Amino acid sequence: MADKSQTCSVWLGSETGILKGVSLSKKRAFNFCDMSSVSRDQEICALTWGDRQESEVLVGCVNGSVKTFSTEKGVFTETRVCGDISQGRFTGIAVTDRSLITCVESGLLKVWTEGSADTVEINVGGEVCRMRQNPSQRHRVATGGKENPLKVWDLERPDKPIFTAKNVRVYDPSTPQRRPVLEAEFGEYPLTTLALPAGHDRVVVGNTHGQIAILDLRKGLVRGCMKGLAGSVRGLQCHPSSPLLASCGLDRFLRIHSLEDRSTVHKVYLKSRLNCVLLSSRDLELVGSDAAGEVEEVKEEERDEVWDSMETVSEKGEKRTVEEEAEESRETAEKKEEKKKRKKAKK
Amino acid sequence: KLLEEAEEKGPESESAETSSSTRPALPPTFSLSEIKNKQRRQLMFMKLKQEKRKQKLELRKKRRKEREALGDKAPPKEVPKTIENQRVYDETTVDPEDEEVAYDEGTDEFSAYFNKLINPKVLITTSDRPRGRTVRFCEQLATVIPNAHVYYRRGLALKRVIPQCISRDFTYLMVINEDRKVPNGMILCHLPDGPTAHFKVSSVRLRKEMKRRGKDPTEHYPEVILNNFTTRLGHSIGRLFAALFPHDPQFQGRQVATFHNQRDFIFFRFHRYIFRNEKKVGIQELGPRFTLKLRSLQKGTFDSKFGEYEWVHKRHEMDSNRRKFHL
Repeated sequence: MADKSQTCSVWLGSETGILKGVSLSKKRAFNFCDMSSVSRDQEICALTWGDRQESEVLVGCVNGSVKTFSTEKGVFTETRVCGDISQGRFTGIAVTDRSLITCVESGLLKVWTEGSADTVEINVGGEVCRMRQNPSQRHRVATGGKENPLKVWDLERPDKPIFTAKNVRVYDPSTPQRRPVLEAEFGEYPLTTLALPAGHDRVVVGNTHGQIAILDLRKGLVRGCMKGLAGSVRGLQCHPSSPLLASCGLDRFLRIHSLEDRSTVHKVYLKSRLNCVLLSSRDLELVGSDAAGEVEEVKEEERDEVWDSMETVSEKGEKRTVEEEAEESRETAEKKEEKKKRKKAKK
Repeated sequence: KLLEEAEEKGPESESAETSSSTRPALPPTFSLSEIKNKQRRQLMFMKLKQEKRKQKLELRKKRRKEREALGDKAPPKEVPKTIENQRVYDETTVDPEDEEVAYDEGTDEFSAYFNKLINPKVLITTSDRPRGRTVRFCEQLATVIPNAHVYYRRGLALKRVIPQCISRDFTYLMVINEDRKVPNGMILCHLPDGPTAHFKVSSVRLRKEMKRRGKDPTEHYPEVILNNFTTRLGHSIGRLFAALFPHDPQFQGRQVATFHNQRDFIFFRFHRYIFRNEKKVGIQELGPRFTLKLRSLQKGTFDSKFGEYEWVHKRHEMDSNRRKFHL
């Protein structure tokens, strides 16, 4: 078991509760789960790395438990109960130096510190879709969702958000204006996931129809589409160093595309519907190398509500965090005041 | 003109009979399509076909004689290539012993039906303002599917119909879409929170158009036959159809509904059978017949804008290979 888990470079969580590891060098997929407790309420909805060396995977399940899986040993090492099913599914898990941050749909953001039973709780508002952690300043967390504007929280001062946004677009929190910089639209169907490749000028989005597109951030144009997916895209992750994109979805396939020529590099059939994908940051082809990445579950959008999925990226050279969002929503009066817009006929 | 042609036919036919494979003095790069005269060209082509047929027959006779002469040592008959033979192997084909797929199917949305907890109850409706053919099709479908009720649409939005159906304990919602007075689409939605399949319907034949049909179907529960649903997607669709009918078929009624999948088209037939003796069966086709082609499978209940699709038919990507099928 241990040697199998050490060779896996891509980790996926499925709806049946099975953690799957895929080794691209050996072209095989492995299931890691304890067969006795496999049930639908253990459906995996969030995945993240437990530490910077990427030796542990934290798995968040629907029933509120967070399991730790060690990639070196190949077994689940511990389980923690961080909430129950009444609060909703996990929309984000993140780890700082000694504590675990979890956020659920009902808006409860909790920080669990090891060793002490106390938890610091913040209520970020209802109906949270996503929570992401700033990779450079790990004590800052951004949350957003339906009717819940983008907020950035500093965990050391848990009372009030640092920044609150009214609508969701490409934001640059370091500029004095609170206006979005760019709005981009793609397709007619709701966008489910976003991923940022290493170049900082492009963003990759996936929608419920199985279309994955690369959008250019300077103008908001579609650079190209990836072919092959037949189901809703549930997870997207870009590799930090090599130009690869991993995607998983409801059609039960993991696909790795090359970002430059948009061709499919690998395609693996995994028998359950997939929810999230985690890449390790080492080179995917080598045995035991991984890329860190996380794609989380997505909720559907109703009329008049804001679609939100976000990631934070820090640019080298300039200490800025740019929060980017690409979305699909109804035109409101506020949008007419924005600088760059493109109107499309909506259904 | 006619006399001239008769004269031409005369010498040509004679020369054709004398030598079966040569034409009167033609250059070797000649092809029949270069003859500008339509009648002469047609004649030459007809002759060419007759000769080819003759040659083929001779070859076949020769081969049969050789096969009989060899007797037991004859090589086995060659199987002709068909599109089904040449089908590209689909990696999602379900292995019957696969545990993970078995677990997945044991706990999915149909588990309530397959664990014999719930009996199906189907609501059949149409798109707005249906014409006669569609109305009659719906009525006939309601006789074929037990425990089915037909309701007139009255312009209601499906999203509002669905919660009402759930509160009245329906397990299926079937919407027949009509275009130009003919049914052309079907949305089959499994109700509590189940998958929604959207099909294209073609070739609908109502009961009165069936030749040599039997009497009307009775109220007995029919048996269900599902043919050739091999891939994972095919399994899901097969279960969708199976859950339309109640569990215990009444063999006394001798009625059977068949969903046969071939080349991604699903053919529905409804028959009554009778065993004359142990080896011979007689069947009568009753009931409507139609063909379905899957366009999309959505994970939740019907939600065209915001729903998540499990499978969507993309024509340019999926139909480019003639030997690759998905169901």
